[in-house]
Amino acid sequence: MIPANFTYHKAASVKDAIAMAEELGEEAKFMSGGHSLLPMMKLRFATPEHIIDISKIDGLSYIKEDGDVLKIGALTTQTEMEYSDLLKENYHIFSDAIKLTADPSVRNVGTIGGNIAHGDAANDQPALMFAMRATIVAEGADGTKSIPIDEFFHGFYMTALEPTDILVEIQVPKARKGCGGAYQKVERKVGDYATAGVAVYLELDDAGVCQQVGIGLTNVSAVPMRVERAEELLRGQKITQDLIEQAGVITSEDCEPVSDLRGSEAYKRSLVNTITKRMLNKALERANQ
Amino acid sequence: MKHEITLTINGASVTAKVDSRLLLVHFIREQLDLTGTHIGCDTSNCGACTILLNGKSVKSCTYLAVRADGAEITTIEGLSPEGTNHPIQQAFHDQHGLHCGFCTPGMILRSVDLLKNNPNPTEEEIRWGISGNLCRCTGYNNIVKSVQQAAQEMQKEKEATV
Repeated sequence: MIPANFTYHKAASVKDAIAMAEELGEEAKFMSGGHSLLPMMKLRFATPEHIIDISKIDGLSYIKEDGDVLKIGALTTQTEMEYSDLLKENYHIFSDAIKLTADPSVRNVGTIGGNIAHGDAANDQPALMFAMRATIVAEGADGTKSIPIDEFFHGFYMTALEPTDILVEIQVPKARKGCGGAYQKVERKVGDYATAGVAVYLELDDAGVCQQVGIGLTNVSAVPMRVERAEELLRGQKITQDLIEQAGVITSEDCEPVSDLRGSEAYKRSLVNTITKRMLNKALERANQ
Repeated sequence: MKHEITLTINGASVTAKVDSRLLLVHFIREQLDLTGTHIGCDTSNCGACTILLNGKSVKSCTYLAVRADGAEITTIEGLSPEGTNHPIQQAFHDQHGLHCGFCTPGMILRSVDLLKNNPNPTEEEIRWGISGNLCRCTGYNNIVKSVQQAAQEMQKEKEATV
């Protein structure tokens, strides 16, 4: 399989890439790792006329804490995240997710920015971004914009990014005492789309009361989603097993899975219930450490 | 539109003209005649096309040749000098880590990257480490044993040179 004809352009800087996108118009697509886009091009699901390669741009690959946020450069590969001491020590939710994302060779090339900008509810990072209430930073023809994750996903493979916007950074809350996150997905085999996945992030105060909670889901809706009703149930409460049971049920009710070769709708709802409860318990345990 | 690219492949510098849409695996097999890199699933699932790109394992069916401009590539042909075996190749031979051999170049190059990052992996780490490479013959047990033997041999070599 080979992609349909297109013209390749290599961008040397973000500014350069934006200028190319302005000139080439809507038939141009940015490519970072290319491990979501190129397979779609080979299957002719995507047929862009121009590819603007942003993977060679310097300075967009980093993981650093700055003030009260963790900043990850959009071109940071999944492998770089996997081996980051900072993430391994303090951000277990990323370690949970990355070892389940595709396989090691794909992770060597695939980037966190691409995983999010692709706008696919089957990718892992959108669920984490919802759970952690991330801010997505993009640069475009009209300057830099910070987009809250709740305003980022617009539809099936549709995001808030304009054709000339480049996702340059993600920002999530800096790890601190009382915070904890966890992610699990069930897949039939390594590299398959998720049957279902759940990301949870909790912020507890000194008394153990839940101040903020995020629950994001993988591949049980057409558009990446959070589960507001379950979050509302837990916010302001001391999290008990009874509340966790209820949150699991609510999440299984509010997700929007469809029956396919990975399982029936009922099976997926049941799976979401189980994973949600497990991840709430795991996040709670980590937040209390 | 053709793009001129220059890259190093198995230690030799190569300059070539490639189409935008040419996949790296096709460039390696058809323009460079290095057919040790195989095409299996063609959808980045099976890992038969795995090569080392700047030292990292990459599935060359899902990489544009034009993007490899300036890169250093190692294929199975260049892993060790002609007539000699790399410790991983030797281990696959000793432990019967292959039957038909179709997945073997990919398995071996993936193992190079795995052992570089984790020189002394557990069995579980090996199984996760090669999870993007499919073998339809061996049931993986002898492949895992091969990687374990290679890890030991490479550790010994490293200690001997210190």
